[in-house]
Amino acid sequence: MHTGPKLTPEQLEENFADINPPLTPSLALEAGSRCLFCYDAPCIKACPTEINIPQFIRQILTQNLVGSARTILSANVLGHSCGRVCPTSVLCEGACVLNAEGKKPVEIGRLQRYAVDHVLDRKIQVLRAGEANGRRVALIGAGPASLSCAAELRRLGYSTVIFDAKPEPGGLNTYGIAAYKMRAADSIREVEMIRGLGVEIRCGVQIGRDVSLAQLEREYDAIFIGVGLGQTEDLSIDAENIRRCVDALSFIEKTKTKGFDHVQVGTKVAVIGGGNTAIDAATAARRLGAEVVYMIYRRSREEMSAFDYEYELANTDGVSFVWQAAPVRVIPDARGRAQALECVRTELGPPDSSGRRSFQPIPGSEFQIEVDMVIKAVGQKKLAFLREIPGLTLDRGKVVVNADTMQTSNPKYFSGGDCVNGGGEVVDAVAHGKRAAKGIHAMLESQRRGVAHA
Amino acid sequence: MPDLSINFCGVRSPNPFWLASGPPTNTSYQVMKAFDAGWGGAVWKTIGDPIINTASRYGSIDYKHERMIGLNNIELISDRSIETNFHEISEVKKRFPKNTVIASLMVESKRETWHDIVRRAQESGADLLELNFGCPHGMSERGMGAAVGQVPEYTTLITSWVKEVATIPVIVKLTPNVTDVAHMAAAARQGGADAVSLVNTFNSIVGIDLESFAPRPSVGGYGSHGGYCGPSVKPIALHMVSSVAKHPQVGIPISGIGGVANWQDAVEFMLLGSTSVQVCTAAMHYGFRMVEDMIDGLSQYLEDRGFASAMDVLGKSVDRIRDWGDLDLNYKIVARIDAEKCIGCNLCYIACEDGAHQCITAAERPHGDLRHGELAKHVPRIVEDECVGCNLCALVCPVPGCITMERIDTGRPPMSWRQLQEARGKSPQCSMEELLAGQPAAGD
Repeated sequence: MHTGPKLTPEQLEENFADINPPLTPSLALEAGSRCLFCYDAPCIKACPTEINIPQFIRQILTQNLVGSARTILSANVLGHSCGRVCPTSVLCEGACVLNAEGKKPVEIGRLQRYAVDHVLDRKIQVLRAGEANGRRVALIGAGPASLSCAAELRRLGYSTVIFDAKPEPGGLNTYGIAAYKMRAADSIREVEMIRGLGVEIRCGVQIGRDVSLAQLEREYDAIFIGVGLGQTEDLSIDAENIRRCVDALSFIEKTKTKGFDHVQVGTKVAVIGGGNTAIDAATAARRLGAEVVYMIYRRSREEMSAFDYEYELANTDGVSFVWQAAPVRVIPDARGRAQALECVRTELGPPDSSGRRSFQPIPGSEFQIEVDMVIKAVGQKKLAFLREIPGLTLDRGKVVVNADTMQTSNPKYFSGGDCVNGGGEVVDAVAHGKRAAKGIHAMLESQRRGVAHA
Repeated sequence: MPDLSINFCGVRSPNPFWLASGPPTNTSYQVMKAFDAGWGGAVWKTIGDPIINTASRYGSIDYKHERMIGLNNIELISDRSIETNFHEISEVKKRFPKNTVIASLMVESKRETWHDIVRRAQESGADLLELNFGCPHGMSERGMGAAVGQVPEYTTLITSWVKEVATIPVIVKLTPNVTDVAHMAAAARQGGADAVSLVNTFNSIVGIDLESFAPRPSVGGYGSHGGYCGPSVKPIALHMVSSVAKHPQVGIPISGIGGVANWQDAVEFMLLGSTSVQVCTAAMHYGFRMVEDMIDGLSQYLEDRGFASAMDVLGKSVDRIRDWGDLDLNYKIVARIDAEKCIGCNLCYIACEDGAHQCITAAERPHGDLRHGELAKHVPRIVEDECVGCNLCALVCPVPGCITMERIDTGRPPMSWRQLQEARGKSPQCSMEELLAGQPAAGD
């Protein structure tokens, strides 16, 4: 048994308490009153799902909370989770005109959650399924992209079935979002509302193993691929067989599915990576009780892909940043457990293909950090499953789609979410799903008319 | 340090800020506390035969998260005995001889009854009398308050009864629930009033509860029209004060009332001819301490502008209120947007487009978020040739100083409607015949 730091269950609950708690009616009124009700509002234009934000805020102010939720959910069926996990400072709130006057933006994310919570708490179904049109669509993966696509298709009258290999639906919303932002139960609650729209979700079913692609193609008029990404990329160093070297997503998943006191964490933890997932892992490690958490990043603060507010959060949580250091090897102790991480200093060069500055190890600059746990957070692998789909064109492992319709090179297949963009926000996946639903509808409608004309 | 004291009908008051007759002036405890806080005067809660009140009594209007921008009440006059009230007035005057105490009176419309209460009020040591001819609810059903103030003959008659025995100046408090308040002020003057105060509260139903269908305030599910006051009535009150100030048959001091909540409001009333201003709702909302900034703010205002006395600003704007027909039709202004200050909310655009004269253009905003670089500045454009100078864009613009109205020289001399019609050899008025016929009179 791991002998890491031990916090009481109460301390753990407190550490993982909602980082952005819900607004009270009074706070919502005050927050909403700050909205200017802009015309052709920039917040709408900065939302990938184009929620009519001024409208839903006005509806909050007039106590029309069901109408407010309807405004939100009809544009973005995952309005609850987006309200909680969207990087609003670079989306709607970043575009709020109040910023231009040096004021704080309207708290759009929290207001959105306030409205959607009203209907989720009361189990009010604000969206309605369309009249059944007799056509069926299968969706692979029960993450945000598929949920959004399926909900939109239901509104258009399609019968939809989502398949997911995991025991619970929701994808990264359920398994991959830092617990202090959203608990698994909240994601499931949101999925239940989508189920209430008549979307069928079959969990524990892996396509290609339990149900063949051929069978899906026979039984469904179109198929949506919303499988996201796979496991965390391997580190190009020898670490994979050393105990207490874990990947960030599995680590975060444990905080979402087990009790916090059942998640093992070291006393001194190194997190390798500079993205938002790395931050989630580092802050989770601190909140679980790790005394020291180092974030090891090959480049500098400027190149880090994590959002500023995520970086600030890690800072507040007392995470120590080690810039311009690349891992070389994990040094095990006699029992094969991590006891130190060897890194090498890097120097930065001109921008590389990613647009960020390249880095070069500085020979002879190796140093060791004493750690008893290493968490890698260096991006996710593309799923090999995609190669099983006939005629599917991939670009460096990502599904290639028509950006307007989300149709893939195999006309029966549409796709969206992380497997298309290589890893984006929940709201991007929702936007993809919506667009794909319209693409599927347009294709099947034109097929129907073609048949009718024949 | 400017002199804030005023001379109201020969009575000197330490400053122009008086508490209006109402709940804040119900008892000597309150009035003394108010004088300690700095109020110059207080109009006592109206004294008459004690009444019985209902619960609840108040309803209000909120705007967004601002509370009580308008207040409505169905409370009646004092529920305490006449003796108690006059006794307390005498106590207050003993302790605060320099502060102004105004006894507000309302009794049934009998000459002897009025004579009696006026004598008792004078014996109490009150500095002035205020005849409550304005209360629009409850008391008016009993033939008092607005029931008197709405009939000019009654107003003149009862004022004259009071003046038969009055040894101190008499203020008549006017109701705004009439077609022309200045006409009522003239009626009071005709009866001998030394001053008028206005406005009393407006007939109102402040709201209906959408669940129970009961009006607010609700007395067991039912309500009655009440009197409306507070910040939202100020513009109407200012107009009424100015109309009284301008009326040639009035010409007596005015005590201005209606939505005064700070020194700026007070100065506006004074500029339109109010020697003193009365405050009720704001004191009910925030307490007597609100007078501190009124005193300080007025003093600073006077000092900054070189006025030695508060009396110096009285009526300075009266002459600036003119008939529409006297305004210069050749005065031209257009809106200008300061692109630096503009935050891109497009409210000026949509207000002009849907609510005014379609003189602003705005390109559709492109999609975009900060993940893909800075957001381009989005500034609507004024079509100056089309701009009618109506102000609406500047009014809706949330950024101070962003939209300004700039004077355009038309090169034409000032010309009012009256002058224009005179030049055309026509009357500036439209005759009733022309109005009904919908066409110019014969001979045109």
